[in-house]
Amino acid sequence: MAHILLRHREIPDLNTIDVYKKNGGLEAFKNAVTKLKPNEVTDVVKNSGLRGRGGAGFPTGMKWSFIDNKNWPHYVVANADESEPGTFKDREIMEGNPFQFLEGLMLASYAVGANAAYVYLRGEFWDIGASLDKQIAELEAEGYLGEKLFGTEYSLRLYTHLGAGAYICGEETALLESLEGKRGQPRNRPPFPPAVGLYGKPTIINNVETFTNVPLILAKGADWYKTIGTADSPGVKIFSLSGRVNKPGNYELPLGTTFRELIYTHGGGVIDDRKVKAIMPAGASSSLIMVDDEKVLDTPMDYATVRTLKADLGSASVIVIDETVPLDWLINKTVHFFKHESCGKCTPCREGTYWMSHLTERIHAGHGTTADVDLLLNVAKQIQGKCLCALGEFSTMAVVTSIERSRQDFDRVVKAQ
Amino acid sequence: MSLVHKYPDEVKQILSKYPPEGKRSAVMPLLFLAQREEGYVTKAAVQDIAQILDITETDIGSIIGFYTLYHDKKEGRYRIQVCTDLPCALRGAEKFMADLCGSLGIKVGETTSDGLVTLEAVTCLAACDKAPMFQTQGPDGIKYHEDMTVEKTMELIARLKTAVGEVK
Repeated sequence: MAHILLRHREIPDLNTIDVYKKNGGLEAFKNAVTKLKPNEVTDVVKNSGLRGRGGAGFPTGMKWSFIDNKNWPHYVVANADESEPGTFKDREIMEGNPFQFLEGLMLASYAVGANAAYVYLRGEFWDIGASLDKQIAELEAEGYLGEKLFGTEYSLRLYTHLGAGAYICGEETALLESLEGKRGQPRNRPPFPPAVGLYGKPTIINNVETFTNVPLILAKGADWYKTIGTADSPGVKIFSLSGRVNKPGNYELPLGTTFRELIYTHGGGVIDDRKVKAIMPAGASSSLIMVDDEKVLDTPMDYATVRTLKADLGSASVIVIDETVPLDWLINKTVHFFKHESCGKCTPCREGTYWMSHLTERIHAGHGTTADVDLLLNVAKQIQGKCLCALGEFSTMAVVTSIERSRQDFDRVVKAQ
Repeated sequence: MSLVHKYPDEVKQILSKYPPEGKRSAVMPLLFLAQREEGYVTKAAVQDIAQILDITETDIGSIIGFYTLYHDKKEGRYRIQVCTDLPCALRGAEKFMADLCGSLGIKVGETTSDGLVTLEAVTCLAACDKAPMFQTQGPDGIKYHEDMTVEKTMELIARLKTAVGEVK
């Protein structure tokens, strides 16, 4: 099947405005602004069943319809903070097919009546920020951005904003704080951003991949989009495949593709033909899906079915763990990541990740006891459900699931007590 | 010389991106601007930014401390920031880091004696399929270097050295 999002793989130079236009680009935006009412754009997206691709899988059109129309101005923000270990899809979109992403952002802005939209990029995407600035200038020069577009009353400007290295800024309210020039610490919710967002104004925030779906949904219709993927999760998803596979990379596939197809057909199988021990389907924040039974690999990857394995598909950053990887090493890695990235606002996360890191370090160094493993599990469970944002929860997922689902891996490396 | 005098156009352009009530948003781009030349934010630059945005120096200090890409002291002219997170570590990043330390004769967190390179371990850079990888943070901004070997890294460092000349 031809790509819908990673179209640059078939169309050379799609990152230039001329080639993008020659391939039907920007027509959906022009058509929407000149012929559709804003809420008609939202309705098409709603009918398509598109879900947010940043991790939570929330229905996109429904989110847009939550915008508070009694409070103005409105803003739209693209979350391009891609920082989940194992996720590298938004980067490829913005490098290869940036205009489709920007057009999606522009369509969302029109749908919710925003005259300004920001692309919040992680600071490491320095060069992508510079090229997006050029592409935005080209859109302005050709009359797709600016005042009174196509002779209508609608005006729109896009701006990029670089973060400066903080995983937490991928959380939407921390992102807004950061965009406002503050430390990136999550806000209490409710109110949610469609009511109170950037500068206290109603704001829609979506992931880069989510926006990139929108132009073709508008161009080809919601019914076309629903023919791809599953009834509950329509469309394609970019699966970022990493870890112990022969061909890591981004694979754009219909939602509902099985783990086996991703890992073996596309990813070239496991390095040295080893067995898959576990899969982390949503990056470092994942639950570990233990592959004790080969049948697990035949599970379709869509939001609802992955949940039956007691895990979440999240951003679909699939990390493959083979049989040679010690789980005490693995959770020591993930816990150190979350300890480093905890913003410090909520005590259970700030202190909990600190204490978990001491325990995972001790266990991994071979100085742990069975009581340490029990204590680690206990500390992890104390964090759960007690923090403002999901980071605290994320820090415990690999810890809790690897101990509960494969305790023997830990008993092997600790002393009995 | 103050930031406004040194980079009048850039400061103006940065401020134009945000509405008047959101002026403070400019703090992050201004900090990047401030550390462009020396690789770190000087006390004088903090005072400048505080004045431009009408916020306190303490506020700005808290932002420099929160985000990993801002630095408040002089270190290597280039920072080599190697991702050693889980996906990269599954593809050899830890061994790469150890070997690179050996070739440079420094430990993680240290700077080479010529002041050219500070070696750092960082968290995920969204390049998990191209490990081992690192980014360089230096006068030319941030650049990615993927599918790296120690040999390729040492060649890169030689090129950086030629580019900036001897820095002390």
